[in-house]
Amino acid sequence: MAHKSDLIADDILGYLKAQEEKSLLLFITCGSVDDGKSTLIGRLLWDSKLIFEDQLAALESDSRKVGTQGGEIDFALLLDGLQAEREQGITIDVAYRFFSTDKRKFIVADTPGHEQYTRNMATGASTADVAVILIDARKGILTQTRRHSFITSLLGIKHIVLAVNKMDLIDYDQSKFDEIVAAYQEFAAQLNYSSITAIPLSALRGDNMIEASANTPWYSGPTLLAHLETVQVEQDAINKPFRLPVQWVNRPNLDFRGFSGTVSSGRVKPGDEIVVTASGQTSKVKDIVTFDGNLDEAIAGQAITLTLEDEIDISRGDVLAPVDAKPDFADQFEARIIWMHEDHLLPGRPYIIKMGGQVTNAQISDLKYKVNVNTLEHVAGKTLELNEVGIANISTDKALAFDPYDDNRHSGRFIIIDRFTNATVGAGMVNHSLRRATNIKWQEMDINKGARAYQKGQKSVVLWFTGLSGAGKSTVANLVEKKLHALGKHTYTLDGDNVRHGLNKDLGFTDADRVENIRRVGETAKLFVDAGVITLVSFISPFRSERQLARSLVEKDEFIEVFIDTPLEVCEQRDVKGLYKKARAGEIANFTGISSPYERPENAEIVVNTTDQSAEEAAEQIVAKLEEFGVLGAWYPDI
Amino acid sequence: MQPNLTHLRQLEAESIHIIREVAASFERPVMLYSIGKDSSVLLHLARKAFYPAPPPFPLIHVDTTWKFREMIEFRDRMAAEYGFDLIVHINQDGVERGIGPFTHGSSLHTDVMKTESLKQALNKYKFDAAFGGARRDEEKARAKERVFSFRTETHRWDPKNQRPELWDIYNARINKGESIRAFPISNWTELDIWQYIYLEQIPIVPLYYSAKRPVVERDGMLIMVDDDRMPLNPGEKPEMKSVRFRTLGCYPLTGAVESEAATLPDIIQEMLLTRSSERQGRMIDHDQAGSMEKKKQEGYF
Repeated sequence: MAHKSDLIADDILGYLKAQEEKSLLLFITCGSVDDGKSTLIGRLLWDSKLIFEDQLAALESDSRKVGTQGGEIDFALLLDGLQAEREQGITIDVAYRFFSTDKRKFIVADTPGHEQYTRNMATGASTADVAVILIDARKGILTQTRRHSFITSLLGIKHIVLAVNKMDLIDYDQSKFDEIVAAYQEFAAQLNYSSITAIPLSALRGDNMIEASANTPWYSGPTLLAHLETVQVEQDAINKPFRLPVQWVNRPNLDFRGFSGTVSSGRVKPGDEIVVTASGQTSKVKDIVTFDGNLDEAIAGQAITLTLEDEIDISRGDVLAPVDAKPDFADQFEARIIWMHEDHLLPGRPYIIKMGGQVTNAQISDLKYKVNVNTLEHVAGKTLELNEVGIANISTDKALAFDPYDDNRHSGRFIIIDRFTNATVGAGMVNHSLRRATNIKWQEMDINKGARAYQKGQKSVVLWFTGLSGAGKSTVANLVEKKLHALGKHTYTLDGDNVRHGLNKDLGFTDADRVENIRRVGETAKLFVDAGVITLVSFISPFRSERQLARSLVEKDEFIEVFIDTPLEVCEQRDVKGLYKKARAGEIANFTGISSPYERPENAEIVVNTTDQSAEEAAEQIVAKLEEFGVLGAWYPDI
Repeated sequence: MQPNLTHLRQLEAESIHIIREVAASFERPVMLYSIGKDSSVLLHLARKAFYPAPPPFPLIHVDTTWKFREMIEFRDRMAAEYGFDLIVHINQDGVERGIGPFTHGSSLHTDVMKTESLKQALNKYKFDAAFGGARRDEEKARAKERVFSFRTETHRWDPKNQRPELWDIYNARINKGESIRAFPISNWTELDIWQYIYLEQIPIVPLYYSAKRPVVERDGMLIMVDDDRMPLNPGEKPEMKSVRFRTLGCYPLTGAVESEAATLPDIIQEMLLTRSSERQGRMIDHDQAGSMEKKKQEGYF
């Protein structure tokens, strides 16, 4: 048992030497309070003597006050951290517990088991190598058992301990134990585990926890602690190809340029040939630099700094890999996603994806299906709500370097961040890339955007007209295009209504469809800009976030927002298409200005007031502004 | 076969990863330097993280003016030896009001000279990330603390609204005025800290080692008479006892333990054979149940 070693008293130096050789294991416990989960962890802490006298005194008094064991020590009370949770008698977050034996140090992620805490369990499982799945021997495999197993396998845990608890309450009946184990193995066949170790237990009585129980003579396997002390997990990462996600470029002076990061998998030696995934540049490892001296070899898990033989361009977010075993490099991939926020996922909406040191804007472009976490059934769905799991295609603004998560658990994992609230709203694991960008480089054309625009004697930009329905967007845009055409400029107009007849005719007016509508128009405008054309877009685009999305697709100085600022009363009075009348009569839902808001632009490049000036005057004002912005003059780009 | 990493090497690598992430993700990080053993380990890890460069951030010590004299000597010696950029902040407003633990009690003193003072310092220098040496094993409220712990513009911590943290990917996005506290040694236990100090021979304040020191017994705690600001009650007389400290803070609020442990192995041995948790020596926890959680919500580390 833990720290029982007489070495502490007799030979502390010998003890310390032995302690230096200990390894570390992270595991998660899955189950509910009813399964005896807190009791199980409490007993492990207790038996490893990590409960101190003062904590014991507090535990004894708490057990008398609020315990559930009739005044006897209630181990579960050791674990509930936050006051509010103690009062509710339930743990609602991820808590980390620590204990150690002479062989290993353990970190236990303790998470609640109810369905509404799926995100907490996923969080705890993300760093765990082993999952202890608790089963009440009286009840056998329940819905929650399947859910817990699914979540742990989703997060890539390969080693399972099936802790069949409360054996004392079924008289240590072997046949019942065997039945549960057989049923579990049949279910778990679809979950991609490498090992399942089933142990008959009573956490409360201590059977097979630390010492083999006399009550289960028919069981010849390891005790829970013996298994946790010996299960091998470390080689999993070391045997994968070398990956070093660069966190930090270390440049104390002109003579030293190092690339710092933690080896996420594999091993590396000086002389190894490496490639920078994104740029394809190669070099050889010169030294592996650490505070404790240069290393002959570094393995997965070590935080190191590499210097290279050649001066090549590497920055934070780059992934270094062996030349012959590169990761995927793609801007589109399929991933499984766990949604972790009350605001549900909106396909098409821009989010931020953070994958190691790689950060990029991304859209979940297509939710293929959801997975029912209790039954593992595939369900159709347009969105993911809190605690739901789904399979989706994701497209990113920048290509990312990754391995499929199932091939390498230390790669291909990411968090999803809301661009506006900065909340972590989801987490994902890459299934596979959708385009083999590994082998396809962006084709750099000799004739580029700058060359095309130069030939036309202009700078290509997007003129984005926004304003209420009837504000005069199309009228003004039409006049602007005529004036530009007369000046010999090359133009094209994308009109909101017209686009809905063709490119976007499959889209309706739900939030998700509006976002997709804007995205397609924005992408189309981007292509026209690339072709060197001054592109006019006339779109109500009532939401700031939508306009921001369109703006983010092109270069900073290529987006000119034109706000046609016509008051609602004036638009409604004009009512050219008779739409306001219908909207007032309730015949049109979500009509901007009437039943749906219009968010005024705050920093539009051009603001046009059509109440004080004619459409003709407005068009002149806009052309004058374009002149001022250098769009119309001879422009000397970097060809 | 290559030997796997030991638990201390794994903990070390995890901490270095976190320290590098913070340095790479924030504009103005700072390391809170409390001079205690955890801070010594944190500083050591920061030096490792950026070697051969020095850590790319300053250290700040929030001085309550009631720290043990040996702590201040140690702080200044380390700053000179390692050449780190040290900022010392004292709440001058508190000094002018004459706030002290003897006159105003531990709770008000800690509020004004530590919690308030820390917020003052963070605001003054506009730090957007502050490293702390808190560990999850110290106290129940800390078992659920994140590694990147988000703080509002007023430095409040909301335990109900924490960002999920998966793998080793930390969400570093904040709005202007908001900040994070980063805890690189979250997953270390007290025993890990001592073993690591021993293994790496990290210098620590001599107060951790047993020596004859003048103490008086108050409310069951042995308080060291570190200077003449300590008023003695009638009949109280400082006695020279062999004592040491398991945790360091303001001398009037920090209980000593009687001990003969004068070397690191002695300390570790004593720790493993005696059974009381280290925070017991801190008066701040005794004020009320759940007091640490309250203090944390208000901005205490």
